[in-house]
Amino acid sequence: MNSGMNPLLLVTFFPLVGVLLILLYKKTWKSAIRWTALIISLVTFGLSLWMLSMFDPADPNIQMEINLPWFNLGGNQIGFHLGVDGISILMVLLTGFLTPIALLSTWKAVEDRLAGFMAFFLMLETGMMGVFLSLDMALFYIFWEFTLIPMYFLIGLWGSKRRVYAAIKFVLYTMAGSLLMLAGILWVGLQYGGFDLTKMDASLIPQSAQLWLFAAFGLAFAIKVPMWPLHSWLPDAHTEAPTAGSVILAGVLLKMGAYGFLRFNLPLFPEATLKLVPWMAALSVIGIIYGAMVAFRQKDVKRLVAYSSISHLGFVVLGIFALNQQGIEGAILQMVNHGLSTGALFLIVGLIYERRHTRELEEFGGLWKVMPVLGGLSLVVMLSSLGLPGLNGFVGEFSILLGAFNSDFLASPWFAGVATIGVILAAVYLLHMFQKVFLGPVTKEENLKLKDLSLREILTLAPILVVIFWIGLYPKPFFLLMSPAVEKLTAVFQTLALAAH
Amino acid sequence: MTIIDLFSILPVLVLVVWALFLLLADLWASRKLPGLTPILAVVGLVCSLVVSIVQVGKPQSSFGGMIHVDGFSVFLNILFAITGIAAVALAYESFKNLKIQRGEYYVLLLFSLSGMMLMGAAGDLIVIFLALELLSIPLYIMAGMDFNRLESKEASLKYLLLGTFASAIVLFGTAFIYGAAQTTNLYEIALAVSLAEINWTLFIIGAALLVVGFGFKVAAVPFHTWTPDVYHGAPSSVTAFMAVGAKAAGFAALIRVFSLDFTILSENLTAVFWALAVLTMIVGNFTALAQKNLKRMLAYSSIAHAGYILMAFVAFGNEAVRVDSIASALFYLAAYAATSIGAWAVLIAVEREDASRNEIEHLAGLGKAAPLLAAAMTVFMLSFTGIPVTLGFWGKFYLFRTAIQGGNIILAVIGLLTSLVSAYYYLRVVVKMYFQEGDVKVNQKGWSLVVAVVAALIVLGLAFIPELLYKFAASSLIIG
Repeated sequence: MNSGMNPLLLVTFFPLVGVLLILLYKKTWKSAIRWTALIISLVTFGLSLWMLSMFDPADPNIQMEINLPWFNLGGNQIGFHLGVDGISILMVLLTGFLTPIALLSTWKAVEDRLAGFMAFFLMLETGMMGVFLSLDMALFYIFWEFTLIPMYFLIGLWGSKRRVYAAIKFVLYTMAGSLLMLAGILWVGLQYGGFDLTKMDASLIPQSAQLWLFAAFGLAFAIKVPMWPLHSWLPDAHTEAPTAGSVILAGVLLKMGAYGFLRFNLPLFPEATLKLVPWMAALSVIGIIYGAMVAFRQKDVKRLVAYSSISHLGFVVLGIFALNQQGIEGAILQMVNHGLSTGALFLIVGLIYERRHTRELEEFGGLWKVMPVLGGLSLVVMLSSLGLPGLNGFVGEFSILLGAFNSDFLASPWFAGVATIGVILAAVYLLHMFQKVFLGPVTKEENLKLKDLSLREILTLAPILVVIFWIGLYPKPFFLLMSPAVEKLTAVFQTLALAAH
Repeated sequence: MTIIDLFSILPVLVLVVWALFLLLADLWASRKLPGLTPILAVVGLVCSLVVSIVQVGKPQSSFGGMIHVDGFSVFLNILFAITGIAAVALAYESFKNLKIQRGEYYVLLLFSLSGMMLMGAAGDLIVIFLALELLSIPLYIMAGMDFNRLESKEASLKYLLLGTFASAIVLFGTAFIYGAAQTTNLYEIALAVSLAEINWTLFIIGAALLVVGFGFKVAAVPFHTWTPDVYHGAPSSVTAFMAVGAKAAGFAALIRVFSLDFTILSENLTAVFWALAVLTMIVGNFTALAQKNLKRMLAYSSIAHAGYILMAFVAFGNEAVRVDSIASALFYLAAYAATSIGAWAVLIAVEREDASRNEIEHLAGLGKAAPLLAAAMTVFMLSFTGIPVTLGFWGKFYLFRTAIQGGNIILAVIGLLTSLVSAYYYLRVVVKMYFQEGDVKVNQKGWSLVVAVVAALIVLGLAFIPELLYKFAASSLIIG
C-alpha cells in the first residue's frame, strides 16, 4: 500500500478538511457552509467506496494496513495503525453513507450557529471512522473518547428541551465505561509490551485475567450498545438530540459498542467469552423484550423509536454471542440494517416534528391523507424495522435467530425462542405507532394543512430505501464481504470447544 | 566555591541578581514608566530560561553535593521560568484592573521563582528548607497584594500561618533525620541508611514529618485545608502562579527526597502515599463538585490533580517503575501547568475590577461573547478531565499506566472513577459557557487572552506530538 495515499487515511481525515474550511468561512455564508459540509461528506462516502473497490472480500485478514509509529511511551509503542477487514468495512461504509444523509436532513432545521453544527458533525465523522479503523488500542481509545466531544455539543446546543441534562448524562455514562476500558487497555499494554491489536495473542492472556478484562472492556461496550440494564442514557440522548444527531447516534454510534465486542472481547478474551456467553445472551434477550415493551408504552414518537433501538440492538448482541458464522454475520448485517431503518425512522420523526413541533402520538392521526408520500415511505421503513421478509430487517434477524438456535455455545434454544417474541412485539409497537400517526381520520385541525415532502426531503430518504430493498432482496454481496473475516473469528471458538471435549 | 559551582546555580543566580536590580530600577520606573518593571521581569526570566536550556544534558554536582544539576532540575527550571513569564503577563493585566499595579510584585515573583528553582536542584535537606522559605515568604506577601480587600488579607494571613507551620514541620523533620544520620546531605543519608548506620526510629519520624510538610505545599488531603481560602482570596493572577509553581516545587521536593534518595523507605511509606493519593483524589474531586465559585472549584480541582500525581508516586520504591514514576509525575506537572495557567487566564479575563464575578454562573454566554476564550476554556476543561486529544489526556494515560505498572490496579481504578466525577464539574463550565445565555463582559484585548490562547495551543499541539515532552521528562533521570 505504498503507492499514493492510503484510502483509510483519507476516509478518516478528509472530513477535517471540511471543518477547516467551514471555520474559515464567514458565519453568514450559510449556504456555502451547508454545501461544503454536504460535498465533503459525499466525497468521504466516495472515498469509502474507493476503499471498497480495493478491498479483497476473500481475504479474512486486515487489509490496506497503515502503521506509523507515533508515541513511544516507556517502551510501549503507540502506533498510528489503521486497517480494514470484513468486520469493519460495512461499518465504515455505513458511516460514510449516513453522514451526508443526516447533513441533508438538517438543511432547513438548523439555522442557529450553523457553522458550529456542521463542524462538529464532520469532526464526529472523523471520530467514528477512526474507531472502526483503528488497530491500536490506545488509538482506538482516543477516537472512542473523541466522539464524545462533538456529540456532547450536538445534543447540548441543538437539542430539544432537556438537552443539557441529556448531553451530560450521555457523556458521563459513556465515560464511566470507557475509563474502566482504559484501565484494561493499559494493563494489556503493559503485560504484552504494546497496544497493537494485530500483535496481540489471546493465548497469552491467562484465564483469570481474561474475565476481568472482558468485564472492563465489556462494560464500555455494553453501555454504548446499550445493553439492559445500562441503557438509561439512550432514551434521553436520542430524544433530546437534533434529528441529524439522533440519526448518527442510532445509526453509527451504538454500533461502536457492538463492534467493540467483535474487535476486542471475542478475539482477545475467548475463554472468558465462552464462560460468559449465557450471561450476555440472557441480558440481550431481556433487552429485546424490555425495550419492546417499554417502546409500546411511549407517548412520544421519538422516545418510542429510541426504545425500539434497545430491543433491536439486543438482537445484535445475541447474534454476536451465538459465536457461530450465522449469528455473527447476522449481527453485523443487523447493525447495518438498524442503522438504516432506525436512522430513517428518526428522519421521519424529524420531518413530522419540523412541521408540527410536537412528537406526541396523541397529536397525530390520519397523516396519510395529508401526506401520502411520507406515509408511503414511512410504511416501507416501518416494515423494514419490524422485519418483513423482502426487506432488510428480515435477513438480519432471521440469520441471528438461526445462529442462536443452532449455537453450540448458547446450548439452549430458549434464548432464540424468547427473542422471537421480540420480533412479534416489534410488530405490535411499530404498527401501533404507524396506526396512531398515519391511519384513521384526521383528528386535529392543525394536521390538515401539513405539506407533503419536498424533493430534498425525498432525496434524504430515498437512498436509504434503495439499500433497504437491496439488502432485503439480494443480501449476498454483503455477506460475501464479511464471511471470511467472521470465519476466522469463529474458528477460535471451534478450536476451544473441541479442546474442551 | 568555584566558577563551576556558580555556573550550576546560574538560573537561580540570574533571577536573584535581576530581582535586586529590579528593586532599584522600579524606584525610578514606577514614576516615569510604570510598564517597565514587568517587561524587565520578563527579560530576567527569559535570561534564566536560556541559561536553563544551556544546562540541558550537562549533569553535575556542586557545592559539595548540596546542589544537583540534572535533567530533573533542568526540566523544572524550564517549567518554572515559563510559568513565571505567564504569571507576569497575567499579573500585569489583572493588577491593572484591580488598580494595584506595584513594581515590587514582580520582584517578589522573581524571588519566589528562584526558590522554586533551587528546590528542584537541592541535594541537601538544609537547601530544601532554604528553598522552601525563599519560595514561600514572597508568596505570603503576594497573596495579600490586594490588601484593600478583606479576603486577600485573610488569604495572606492564613497562608502565612499555615505555611510557616508547614515549614517548621519540615525543619523539625530535618532535625530528626540529622539526629539519625549525622548529616543533612541526601546522598550521604541514603548511604548511611544502606549501611544501617542510622537510628531507624528517628529516621522514620523525620521522614514522616517531611511527608507532612511537603504534603502542605502540594495541598494533599488532609493537609489541604488552607488551599480553597487562599486560592479564593488571593488575587487571581497570584493564585494562578501559586497553583502551578508552589505545587510543582512541593512535588520537586517530594521526588528529590523520596524517589531519588529515600527509596529504602518505600516499604514503610507506600501505604501512606497510597492513602494520601486516594484521599486527595476523592476529597478534591467530590468537594469540587459542590463549588459554585470558579476560583474555589479550580482550587479543589488543583487538590485533586495533586492526588493523581501522588498516585504515580506510590510506586517510588519499585526499581522497575521508578523511572516512569518520576517521568510521569513531571509529564503530568507540565500538562497540569499549561492547562491550569490557561484556565486561570480565562478567569482573569472574565473577572471584574473589584475581583467579583468569578462564580461559575458568570461564565454564561461566554461562548457567544468571546468565542476564542470560550474555546480555549473548553480545551482546558477537556484537558483537566483527561479527554483526548489534549495534553491532559496523555498525562493521565501515563500516570495511570505507571500506577498499573507498579501493581496498584485498585488505586488506578479509584483514580479513573474519580476522574469520572471530575468530568461532571468540568463539563458544567462548558455547559455554562455554551448552553446558557448570559451577559458576560470580557476584556478581549489583554494579556490574559494571549496567555489563554498560547496555553490552549500548547495543550492541543503537544497532544499530537507527546513524545517531545515525554522524552524530555524521561531523560530527567540522568543523575549527575
